[in-house]
Amino acid sequence: MTTLLEVSGVSVSFDGFRAINNLSFQIGPAELRAIIGPNGAGKTTFMDIITGKTRPDEGRVIWGDLSRSLLSMSEAQIAQAGVGRKFQKPTVFEDQSVEENLLMALSNPRGPLAVLFYKPAKADLARVAELADEIGLRAQLFRKAGELSHGQKQWLEIGMLLAQDPKLLLVDEPAAGMTPEEREHTTQLLVEAAKTRAVVVVEHDMEFIRRLGCRVTVLHEGSVLAEGSLDHVTSNQDVIDVYLGR
Amino acid sequence: MNRSFFAQSPSVLVFLGCLGLATLFVTVLSEAFGIGVLSTSFIKTLGKTLCLCLIAVAMDLVWGYAGILSLGHFAFFGLGGYMIGMWLMYERTREIVESSMSDAVIPPTPQEISDAIGNQIFGVVGSSEFPLIWTFADSLTIQLFLVVAIPGVLAGLFGWLAFRSRVTGVYLSILTQAMTLALSLYLFQNESGLRGNNGLSGLQNLPGVEAGQDVVSMWFFWASALALGLGYLLAARVISGKFGSVIRGIRDNEQRVRFLGYAVESYKLVIFAGTAMIAGIAGALYYPQAGIVNPAEIAPIASIYLAVWVAIGGRGRLYGAVLGAIFVSLVSSYFTGGQAPDINLGFYTIKWVDWWLVMLGISFVLVTLFAPKGLGGLVDLWEDRRRPDRHGADLGPDAGALREKEAVE
Ligand SMILES: Nc1ncnc2c1ncn2[C@@H]1O[C@H](COP(=O)(O)OP(=O)(O)OP(=O)(O)O)[C@@H](O)[C@H]1O
Ligand SMILES: [Mg+2]
Repeated sequence: MTTLLEVSGVSVSFDGFRAINNLSFQIGPAELRAIIGPNGAGKTTFMDIITGKTRPDEGRVIWGDLSRSLLSMSEAQIAQAGVGRKFQKPTVFEDQSVEENLLMALSNPRGPLAVLFYKPAKADLARVAELADEIGLRAQLFRKAGELSHGQKQWLEIGMLLAQDPKLLLVDEPAAGMTPEEREHTTQLLVEAAKTRAVVVVEHDMEFIRRLGCRVTVLHEGSVLAEGSLDHVTSNQDVIDVYLGR
Repeated sequence: MNRSFFAQSPSVLVFLGCLGLATLFVTVLSEAFGIGVLSTSFIKTLGKTLCLCLIAVAMDLVWGYAGILSLGHFAFFGLGGYMIGMWLMYERTREIVESSMSDAVIPPTPQEISDAIGNQIFGVVGSSEFPLIWTFADSLTIQLFLVVAIPGVLAGLFGWLAFRSRVTGVYLSILTQAMTLALSLYLFQNESGLRGNNGLSGLQNLPGVEAGQDVVSMWFFWASALALGLGYLLAARVISGKFGSVIRGIRDNEQRVRFLGYAVESYKLVIFAGTAMIAGIAGALYYPQAGIVNPAEIAPIASIYLAVWVAIGGRGRLYGAVLGAIFVSLVSSYFTGGQAPDINLGFYTIKWVDWWLVMLGISFVLVTLFAPKGLGGLVDLWEDRRRPDRHGADLGPDAGALREKEAVE
């Protein structure tokens, strides 16, 4: 199996505190992966490193067929290379309409000049409408994102992620604050997305993870504690001790 | 759904209509082209106010939309004034010198003429040499080009350094103030080559023009109205589409914009340098109406005023900036022009010339606290627009993010 992203031997400290400790991780081009771990295990920090928000003290992050290092790229360049991210706390542009949010995310040229002279093409608008249907916000298309409910903002952010059409989706706690039906829908979306691209989901909810039916990586104190199927990791004694047993 | 530009931003048409009507109205009332109700000096005040509106629009773009609280845009305004002032002063002096020398029995050599012009211009700072920066002062085309080029390049350089190292928020504002202060201190020196604290004067006289000031003042009034109209249209176009989406995104949460794949620094640079150029144009129209440009104009306080106008007008909407600039500068010229009657309290006489600034400061604080939407909020009252219910949270985590109270549905 080829790898899309390979993280090896990465460490990062904040004021002497090792948030990520010699972490290694791999994911293929069309793979769904769940990451679990107790609070403060370093799950969000791990995503920060891949997306260029946090620079690791040591280690390598290698991307794609050309094996480029993500460490020398800016956040914007990494995103353009095909890494999309959904944040733990939903972050959409609240002063702008749902449509504007989606149009901004749509994978089109990102340079200032191209953007200045950008006119939404028919295909773009059709794609926005399609996405809006998918995330259940068709009727809200022209409302400001700031007026949406928490769950709807989560959805909008997922929609923006899909609009970006990334090769790798990093999704931090997507189901937080969602109703059971919405969770079900999210599961479907993520499983569907993982057919054509790599998807990494951070989640606390075991039931949610079970429905994803994918390989699971358990993080603890900044490094990988166990990896394998959900049944495999949940029967691992270390995992039970630090995470499940609490 | 109608996606044409004017259908999306109807306020632009309203604004252009008002501007056109006002221009017509003033023309009809002017001395030169109408019934002569408005004095030439008042026409100049109005023309200057239009230029201030233009720089306020630029300020709103950079602060209200992109969230960069620049406290240095008046420096670019001043530089624009200096650039056009150099040509005005040079040409005017050359005319005078040549006509006075033409009576001489022996025709003067070009060197003698040049020395005489230099003497006239730089005599006040004890010099007669033309400094290097006056090389192109005899060419209107080049000086007009410099009106936009110098502010653009300076802002570009400054922005490149500051944005690249991710200086944001208050620190960036302080840096822009430092730049402004440094520039004005430099210009105060006689060695700067721009006549030190004397500045450039006599700019109201257009070389080669016979017409009187009443006519010239109308020309400048029209030019200022045209520039404001075009500037407003340009700004509205910039903020209407996806570019506007991106810069508003940068204002509210620039990290998020980065993760969408936009190079935030380039966008900030484009906006910062672009608005500096608009400021330069506004200054180049303003100072010929004021007649004089000196380093005091570039002082840091001027740029702070600019932010106050935009705040009082309501940031994040272009007409708010214009309203703020008109309101504050007209009220200011009423109070500081000695027209406002002093108030005698018996034990103390309130002189508005002294107290006006205090009042402006207080109203700024009051507006920020109690009416964050500024004068623009009145328009919302009228249009009955609500703001989104965010339970008191701002619209983004960044320092420049729109506060919930400023936003409208
Ligand atoms: N910028 C930072 N500065 C200092 N400490 C940080 C920073 N970012 C993260 N940390 C610390 O690193 C550790 C890992 O944090 P992280 O947010 O990655 O955990 P997490 O696994 O996402 O937890 P949660 O499940 O609560 O979201 C925490 O102890 C956190 O306090
Ligand atoms: Mg987290």
